Amino acid sequence: MSKIKSAFENGKAFIAFITCGDPDLETTAAAVRAAAENGADLIELGIPFSDPTAEGPVIQGANLRALNGGVTTDKIFALVRELRKDIQTPFVFMTYANVIFSYGAERFLSACRDVGIDGLILPDLPFEEKEEFLPACHTYGVDLISLIAPTSADRIATISKEAEGFVYIVSSLGVTGTRSEIKTDLASIVSVVRQNTDIPCAIGFGISTPEQGRKMAAVSDGAIVGSAIIKLLEKYGKDAPEYIGSYVRSMKDALRTA
Amino acid sequence: MTNPNGRFGSHGGQYIPETLMNAVIELEKAYNHYKNEPAFNEELTELFNEYAGRPSRLYYAEKMSRDLGGAKIYLKREDLNHTGSHKINNVLGQALLAKKIGKTRLIAETGAGQHGVATATAAALMGMECVVFMGEEDTVRQALNVYRMRLLGAEVIPVKTGTATLKDAVSEAMREWTSRIADTHYCLGSVMGPHPFPTIVRDFQSVISREIKEQLLTKEGKLPDAVIACVGGGSNAMGSFYHFIEDKNVRLIGCEAAGRGIDTFETAATINTGRAGIFHGMKSYFCQDEYGQIAPVYSISAGLDYPGIGPEHAYLHDIGRAEYVPVTDEEAVCAFEYLSRTEGIIPAIESAHAVAYAMKIAPEMKKDQIIVITISGRGDKDCAAIARYRGENLYE
Repeated sequence: MSKIKSAFENGKAFIAFITCGDPDLETTAAAVRAAAENGADLIELGIPFSDPTAEGPVIQGANLRALNGGVTTDKIFALVRELRKDIQTPFVFMTYANVIFSYGAERFLSACRDVGIDGLILPDLPFEEKEEFLPACHTYGVDLISLIAPTSADRIATISKEAEGFVYIVSSLGVTGTRSEIKTDLASIVSVVRQNTDIPCAIGFGISTPEQGRKMAAVSDGAIVGSAIIKLLEKYGKDAPEYIGSYVRSMKDALRTA
Repeated sequence: MTNPNGRFGSHGGQYIPETLMNAVIELEKAYNHYKNEPAFNEELTELFNEYAGRPSRLYYAEKMSRDLGGAKIYLKREDLNHTGSHKINNVLGQALLAKKIGKTRLIAETGAGQHGVATATAAALMGMECVVFMGEEDTVRQALNVYRMRLLGAEVIPVKTGTATLKDAVSEAMREWTSRIADTHYCLGSVMGPHPFPTIVRDFQSVISREIKEQLLTKEGKLPDAVIACVGGGSNAMGSFYHFIEDKNVRLIGCEAAGRGIDTFETAATINTGRAGIFHGMKSYFCQDEYGQIAPVYSISAGLDYPGIGPEHAYLHDIGRAEYVPVTDEEAVCAFEYLSRTEGIIPAIESAHAVAYAMKIAPEMKKDQIIVITISGRGDKDCAAIARYRGENLYE
């Protein structure tokens, strides 16, 4: 059983996204600890990319701050190795194809296994291109997470059948970022996913409030939050981990009632 | 030259968000249908000829040839097209295709502004809404083109992220497309991005090499010895090369923007300084650092100021069929001035990169050899920037 599955065994899963190195790696380490201690069931660690085409302004800003601060893929592997000494929460990397391609798929995924990364989310690697990294993912036991979008239609079944870890359902059209309203008929998408796979599915993009989290988790197996957490880092900088802790707690509490 | 998955050797592909996959699949299906439909092709030919002013002239630059003292030089005058560059070829094709599949809104990226102007023009002609993304830096360098787009009814959105140049305009147009797909076609301006764009854009631009071949056979009764074009993403070069790829004796030369030199960081010469990568929907060569972060490239030419190159060029480089050479800002500016004075033709600073390389090799070639240089656009838009480069205090 993949370790990611365990993230969904504690009620509806709350999944937190944090960009590594924003504003520095010490803050990232503290933020990850705060999220884990306050009930995050899975943590997405963002490896920053210079041109994150799937991100809205908030996460673009985090990528820029992190890169300007000098963070690199190697420094992030070292961070994860350190965090793994005391944190058992499943970790997945969220980054862009070129970060892995440039590092070398074999070298990158073998490092993932060594430091304790359980999965990989790549917004610019659709189903048609997954062979780029899938063989190396399988060699090193790292799940390659599939994404499904509101436009996926007839592709939902095909993608779900071969999905690993969990299915990441994109709630809305467009890039990452908080939204006041999510209108997509997510229940129908989830129902097609469930007809085609036994692995859990979680919804992300646009979720920021406990109420939104509860609603999204009610129709799926969990909720993913990125921009709302990054906004805390943007606002509080090095002091953000404390605020992230209480935010994660409020979200996980809301999900328990879903 | 493309296999079914949009690959050119190892390059190409579709590295895009899932949200866009059905849109590119729909586009590919529509293109495969319409490209062979006589009515579509008749309509496009009519637009090319009556609206854009094709075929463009193949002009024998006699004075330049004599002055350089070597090969005979012909200029393929894409600068004489309506809107002033080769960009209109691709845009008319894509706009017509978009209309056929029921889209009512075109979005586009632009560097120098030529593709943005062409898209705004086609949108005006076909009664479509138009939004153009342009790096804020480029809106300053090419202020006149910003006004032209607005005059044509397009909305121009200055992009402030990253280096605020062409690459950021592409990223922003892609982001916009993921947020609004149903009524919107992304009219990509070069032979780049996810499949099927590199193939579609190449096919619409291949009218350039088809005409060169016919025109030169009529004028000289033979094929050229070399075809030279500038390369950013590479659409005018791909269009100029395409029908000569099988003619192995024709040298195909793409001129990359070396900026302040390929031994400096201020360069945009992708083949000469980049390495394989995955970005903007395609696998190809990119200027990047050791961790795969895309480099902030530089060229005096806003149209060549891009850190990547189209996947078919990457493939032609890999198999040794085409050569990609660096040309610096200084060389391009000298060629810009030279062609203006020698032939009375002011080329776009992008095209001046191709002129510069022809000036290097023509003197070493025999008098019965022929070079064709594609003048991809006219240089009116560049006059103020070049004047400033030469130290004159000229602003538009």
